[in-house]
Amino acid sequence: MEKLDNPTAQPRIGVYVCNCGANIAKTVDCEKVAAMAAAMADVQIARSIPYACSEPGQQSIREDILDQSLDRVVVASCSPRLHEPTFRQMVQDAGLNPYILEMANLREHCSWVHMGLPEAATEKAMDLTRMAISRARSLQALKPEKLPLVKRTLVIGAGVAGIQAALDLADNGYDVVLVEKKPSIGGVMATLDKTFPTMDCSI
Amino acid sequence: MTDVGRHPRIKLYVLSEVKEVKGSVGDFKVKILKKARYVDEKACTACGDCAAVCPVVRPDAFNCGLSSRKAIYSPFPQAVPSAYVINVSECLGHNPAVCAKCIEACKKGCISFHMSDEEITENVGTIVVATGMTPYDPTEMDEYGYTRFENVLTSLEFERLVNAGGPTKGEVIRPTDRKKPKSIGFIQCVGSRSAGKGSAHCSNVCCMNTIKSTLVLKEHYPDMDVKVFYIDIRAFGKGFEDLYTRSRRLGVHYLRGLPGTVEENPDGSLRVAVENTALGKIAFFDLDMLVLAVGVQPSGSTRMLQEMLGLQLTPDGFFLEAHPKLQPVDAATRGVFYAGCAEGPKDIKESVTQASAAAARAIRLMHTGEISTDPITSEINADKCKSCGKCAEVCPYNAITVDVKKKTPAMVNTAACAGCGTCAAECAFDAILMNHFTDRQILDQVDALLMEKPEEKILAFACNWCSYAGADYAGVSRCQYPPNVRLIRTMCSGRVDEKFIWDGFLKGAPVILVSGCHIGDCHYIDANKWTVKRVEKIHKKMAKLGIRPERLQLEWISAAEGIRFSSVMHALEALRKGVTAEETAETIRILQKSADQKEGSLSG
Repeated sequence: MEKLDNPTAQPRIGVYVCNCGANIAKTVDCEKVAAMAAAMADVQIARSIPYACSEPGQQSIREDILDQSLDRVVVASCSPRLHEPTFRQMVQDAGLNPYILEMANLREHCSWVHMGLPEAATEKAMDLTRMAISRARSLQALKPEKLPLVKRTLVIGAGVAGIQAALDLADNGYDVVLVEKKPSIGGVMATLDKTFPTMDCSI
Repeated sequence: MTDVGRHPRIKLYVLSEVKEVKGSVGDFKVKILKKARYVDEKACTACGDCAAVCPVVRPDAFNCGLSSRKAIYSPFPQAVPSAYVINVSECLGHNPAVCAKCIEACKKGCISFHMSDEEITENVGTIVVATGMTPYDPTEMDEYGYTRFENVLTSLEFERLVNAGGPTKGEVIRPTDRKKPKSIGFIQCVGSRSAGKGSAHCSNVCCMNTIKSTLVLKEHYPDMDVKVFYIDIRAFGKGFEDLYTRSRRLGVHYLRGLPGTVEENPDGSLRVAVENTALGKIAFFDLDMLVLAVGVQPSGSTRMLQEMLGLQLTPDGFFLEAHPKLQPVDAATRGVFYAGCAEGPKDIKESVTQASAAAARAIRLMHTGEISTDPITSEINADKCKSCGKCAEVCPYNAITVDVKKKTPAMVNTAACAGCGTCAAECAFDAILMNHFTDRQILDQVDALLMEKPEEKILAFACNWCSYAGADYAGVSRCQYPPNVRLIRTMCSGRVDEKFIWDGFLKGAPVILVSGCHIGDCHYIDANKWTVKRVEKIHKKMAKLGIRPERLQLEWISAAEGIRFSSVMHALEALRKGVTAEETAETIRILQKSADQKEGSLSG
């Protein structure tokens, strides 16, 4: 399903400017940003979209990828630290390599921090989208390697949280190394008398 | 607790500390220092014969010093492991002429002074950080007189006092005269919600802990006068409001206002002066005993672990989660999870919930037995490589091997490469391709942002883990800043190649920022030390060329420093305003001339 061949020399880019409801669209003129993107070289399609991360939003992007034979996708929405995995999965479902996705951060880095300045924010959003498109042109397909993993967990600290985590892991069949600084496990919890809300003993 | 000691899949190391963590998700190598117990953990039956003969008496830390123990002792009756332990700094030693009484008393021969500290290496795939908390020490809050007045206790000392297993067998008595107090006052928010001493955060558990204590007191001593001095009562959890109402119904007096001063009366009771803010009146109370509801502070080992595992902290010193709503138990470092108070103050139910979540997240990562590595790694172009060895020198993971003598091209071990890109930035021969953050990709971004009106813009490089996340945090917190800043994300500030900076200035950038994690917090061990060296080098070259070095700034901004991110942007804008059109034009002329004279030498 997943294409590993690197995208063609003549990129075919789709650009999606997310409104995030009013989060972005209240400050940034998303239509204007999309129109700017549509006029850029290599951009096959650019449009504003109410919620890129919603299922209908993702579905419409997937359809575009197939209909327009897109080989790179730019989503101008929120922080990649939040939704990059979402959109990587989306392009992968449409048969593309996840690393040909690029995001422009129009929410955390733009609409939310320039709330009273719609014109300047729109200008910045256009720049950020333009930068993302420029970068997208030379993105390459990459393939993750599969490596063996040690099925064992180190739990640092044997207070109530460490004890619970260790027991849950061990009961599920995973080996646990539990390290405690003090001579006994129990932590602060063990020093308590009764505990709320049940009013029973701590140990 | 005993389940942990018995579980065949749990290897328990007590008196132990994690000293070093190497490797990455799926394959961490962990060095553990296990201190000597001097008592055979398995053979000891906790009969107590040894302690009976031990002549050394010391305050019992488990009971907050309210009782005593010997130099050989059991931490507490339900301890796991239940074996006794010797505090070797208190013990008189095993020389029969001096003491060695415990060795004689132990019929099973469990005690050995020949045990020594051990260093153990364990190999694990995932790590759960559950390092807990430290209670606030209220000594610095002199107005409450803790340590000056014996009858002022902390909430944890009070816990030991009312505990049936505690030093008084659960009998509440005053430390000064060992009589049952007729009245007890609780002072809330000691070291919490404070702009001055202690911390600004709410410690989450103290309100309910005090309410619980008032119920325990009223159950044992219905006639006792119990007062609670508070700012707000936060009884937000399931079943909490019921307990609060029950406490009020039992006659506990809740008074809104924190005491200003506490004085000791001749009989040892305490005179409390407090403004009742509900009535707007000053009131004085004489109380036999005071309990300070101390706040929850980060554990002492937080800082060390943070550096070891490349984690981030919130401004109040607790561990920062990867996302406050969607990944509340994940660290930004893959394969590391948080449980309990390490991540923030929590009660038992929340700690248990988070611990189960952390276990589930770890299992989710491990269950297939294999892990897919991020392909954002570097690649060597063997034709261009001159085998100078610089890349291997700067790689924080020793992922690059190169034989400088034999002049064989460098090789990257992609399994060990974490993708910081420092090697690519340091390579003088453009022989390293940093996948997903290639020179071309980054230079295209620089060019795109400086295409129109470059004189109005600020070019900022931000590392993924700290500074870019700090900018995200500024967004989430709606910290407003000048709209002419354009961020370019790299995985690490170590990736910011000298040529990116020259390209920026050549295209007319008035001001450029390089930002990354604070020194010591770098996600790639210490790759950002190369950022510092590189920026210093560029500063020198700028000065030599006649370009003001101030126009290139280096700032460390953590993931939790949204406000700082915003203030750095304001400062950059002030700096940009001082750069004239003539100055940028002159810079472009200088750089063009320099490039014409000796092509490519600037990036060397």
